[in-house]
Amino acid sequence: MSSLTLLGILPLIGALLIAVIPAEQALRVKQAALGTTILVAISAVMMWLNFDESNTAFQFVQSAGWIPSFGINYAVGVDGLSLVLILLAVLLTPIVVLAGWNESEGGRWSAKVFYILILVLETMMIGVFAATDVFLFYVFFEAMLIPVYFLIGGYGSGERAAAAVKFLLFSLFGGLLMLASIIGLYVISSKNGGATFDITQLSQMHNYMSSTTQNLLFLGFFIAFAIKAPVWPLHTWLPDAAASATPGTSVLLLGVLDKVGTFGMIRFCLTLFPDASKTFTPVIIVLAVISILYGAFLAIGARDIKRLIAYTSISHFGFITMGIFAMTTQGHSGAILYMFNHGFSTAALFIVAGWMIARRKSSTIADFGGLQRVTPVMAWSFFIAGMSSLALPGLSSFVSEFLVLVGTFTRYPVAAVLATFGIVLAALYILIPVQKALHGPTTPGNENLPDLNLREKFAVGPVLAIIIALGFYPAPLLNVINPVAKQVIESQGFTDPVPSESAGK
Amino acid sequence: MTFVNPVLNYAQLAPILIVLAGAVIGVLIEAFAPREARHSSQLFISTFALVAAFAALMTVRTQSSVDAAMGSVAFDGAAVLIQASILIISFLAIFLIADQENFTAMAAAVPGSEEERQSLQKDLRVTEVYPLTLFAVAGMLIFPIATDLITLFVALEILSLPLYLMAGLSRRRRLMSQESALKYFLLGAFSSAFFLFGVAYLYGYSGTITLIGIQESIVGGSGNDIFLLMGIAFLAVGLLFKVGAVPFHAWTPDVYQGAPTAITGFMAAATKIAAFGAILRIFYVGFANAEWQWKPALVAIAIITMVFGSVVAITQRDVKRMLAYSSIAHAGFLLAGVIALSKSGLDSSIFYLFAYGVATLGAFAVVTLVRDSAGEVTDLNRWSGLGKRSPLIASVFSLYLLTFAGIPLTSGFIGKFSIFSAAYESGSTAILITGVLASAIAAFFYIRVIVLMFFKDPVEDGTSVVIPSALTTIAIAVSATLTILLGVFPAPLLNFIETTAFFIR
Repeated sequence: MSSLTLLGILPLIGALLIAVIPAEQALRVKQAALGTTILVAISAVMMWLNFDESNTAFQFVQSAGWIPSFGINYAVGVDGLSLVLILLAVLLTPIVVLAGWNESEGGRWSAKVFYILILVLETMMIGVFAATDVFLFYVFFEAMLIPVYFLIGGYGSGERAAAAVKFLLFSLFGGLLMLASIIGLYVISSKNGGATFDITQLSQMHNYMSSTTQNLLFLGFFIAFAIKAPVWPLHTWLPDAAASATPGTSVLLLGVLDKVGTFGMIRFCLTLFPDASKTFTPVIIVLAVISILYGAFLAIGARDIKRLIAYTSISHFGFITMGIFAMTTQGHSGAILYMFNHGFSTAALFIVAGWMIARRKSSTIADFGGLQRVTPVMAWSFFIAGMSSLALPGLSSFVSEFLVLVGTFTRYPVAAVLATFGIVLAALYILIPVQKALHGPTTPGNENLPDLNLREKFAVGPVLAIIIALGFYPAPLLNVINPVAKQVIESQGFTDPVPSESAGK
Repeated sequence: MTFVNPVLNYAQLAPILIVLAGAVIGVLIEAFAPREARHSSQLFISTFALVAAFAALMTVRTQSSVDAAMGSVAFDGAAVLIQASILIISFLAIFLIADQENFTAMAAAVPGSEEERQSLQKDLRVTEVYPLTLFAVAGMLIFPIATDLITLFVALEILSLPLYLMAGLSRRRRLMSQESALKYFLLGAFSSAFFLFGVAYLYGYSGTITLIGIQESIVGGSGNDIFLLMGIAFLAVGLLFKVGAVPFHAWTPDVYQGAPTAITGFMAAATKIAAFGAILRIFYVGFANAEWQWKPALVAIAIITMVFGSVVAITQRDVKRMLAYSSIAHAGFLLAGVIALSKSGLDSSIFYLFAYGVATLGAFAVVTLVRDSAGEVTDLNRWSGLGKRSPLIASVFSLYLLTFAGIPLTSGFIGKFSIFSAAYESGSTAILITGVLASAIAAFFYIRVIVLMFFKDPVEDGTSVVIPSALTTIAIAVSATLTILLGVFPAPLLNFIETTAFFIR
């Protein structure tokens, strides 16, 4: 059994442990959940240390027959792309558990069920990024909807049931389109050298498809991922879900689950259907630019702090999608790094916003004010998170946003220029709430809000540390990311355009 | 004229004969045994007959022949699989039927009469239902193995007549139950007439009533094609009526709603298996070479059935009617396997039938448990908050809904995947695309029920989940376990079907 499989099973074991703890012992349940997730995070970091950066093939692979009659295998492995995303998932989970220590209390069910769902979800998050068998990927992709659905619908606030259903139906619809494409791929592979779902073998199948078939199959995958990511105009489920879910669930939803969309675009859309990807690139770039600007405008107008963060994410996902379909190494490296950074900056924003909301019992931005004086530590944490979200140089997001823009500019200058306006708008949508909520006179009712306690400091501290550290020194991640970005671009038959001096003359 | 002594292969016919013998003994018990002893002895005889029939089937499972009964039935791999499925489903169904709370005390008493009151007071039981069930099972066992049209018709009537009666036995809302029985009978008689009409045309076309003979005439091509077309069309009407395909579905919702729930479960699961078994044999063996005559029509019917069933189910307010429309949609999915007309189409249909039958029986078993003082509660609004009252039962019902919706890690997903890939493999892109879209629509109403059970507060009107009897518990436990097992580890059964299923010609 490879260490990757073990890593995936660990949270499940934790979930089983929690299942035998009596529901009344909520504290014991929380401790068990925290312990498990920290253990998983440590194991994943160990895996990272053992990861061979120079090797672009899948590592820590394991393969075993699952449903041989369809050529389906339990096959897992990681390359730079999936390693980064698995790290993101398992680093965020303990933080979510610690930050949302009391989140499960407003729910329909006990804390026990909440943490079992979180741990099952963690297993599926690892599985979805580690799967190298398309069928296995699909199973995780769909099955992970169920825990999220219950997390939103059972523990969220406001119109939680409606938001959960909207989330599930959007995702299922996309998933079923993808299923049609997967069936198509399967049939094509079985007619050309034996049924398989192996991603490496399937990446050769585009040679056997007519361009119409390839375009259709591409669309099945892309629409599913565009719903997940989400790309305008398929984004409408996200603000509702993020506003209704608990902050912790939102962190996992926006930080990790939505990355499955952008991950899938690279891993499946580009790798399996290179020609169709090229055909659709102009359209997708346009959609990405619209997402960047539209998300930013909505964020500027948002009154609810959770919705605001959701809208900023739509804008950021636009950047990631643009970086992916710019088809340059820099764009790709930037996009992959962006996925990681966005996960952390959104996590920080959501976690701190969650504490603010829990203290003030309101999620309207106008209800806050003068937090800087009352709760300085909380206010500063929100400030740093916000600066990371607007990609301030010195913080991690800057590196990735810059790479995406540079990577896009060399091929699509107009799109890059338009996207740059997104940065300007980002300054607005972050600085306006910062000004309203943190500065100015203390709004009545805020005078006695308590500042962060020790647990909360421990939860947000590592996130901010990672944001700052990667802002100054992104090399550890870029070393993992660059080879895979280069490989994907080359396998697409692209070469990076060389900037020429005469371009301006 | 000399009389030819029939030569029968008793070993291969044993399952049918054992079930028929059980039924006859059951009738004798009704006639001679004292009232108090009837229920337990009937239960014993029925289960014993089904187990013995299954054992007898297993001893001949590797045999195949076309002359088990002078060329009237074919015994082959597909027959073994379908008969085994029917026996397993019936065995579980008997457990549900044993819960006599479902049935009227005296079928002959006029609803609301003094006689009815007395029979209720005396706590009489309709033990006739056991032999009736066994007769129906015997018909179902013959139906999918019949190779000439007369045997086919006889089997159709043997399986249908007891079902018409059983549909009218409900304890509560008896008028509705009797109305549904009458409706079922009249429409059934009508469809039988169509069936016979088709038989006559096919005889006119080929001069024979055996499937092989018809196939030979089609290959020979000397007959009148109009007769062939009319024959196939009318025969198909009779068969499609039994599986509830649109536009021959009108009886389904009324009968599903009116019949005692245990009978609905039996009917929905076992009849579908038997009828599709027969359809598969007729179209694969008899009409395979007339593919171009029937395929376009069947594709159209499959598409309409999938879409109609899924769309109309959305508006249902009664759980039994909802399951009825869902079964219509599933009939459409199953037709995809007939249209595939390939080995993989046969394999996937058999897997789908078994998985669907097991889950359907389980779902109706759960419906029998939700009651108030006046009997079963089937109004969906009153199911709200069921998850709070009885988390286990609500979870199990959700499992069945998820498998109907085809969510990964349930048997329904594997079934859907295999049947759609078989259809696409044979070139039916339209089936694949409609299939996934219909699944997306269907997911909506399945999920709505889950929302109702888990995310809504209970209504205080006396609706509660009764503690299931031991036999019902077994039936639910077995079907839930099979549903998960076939979703996670389908390989053994898939392999078994793949190596076993074939039609002897």
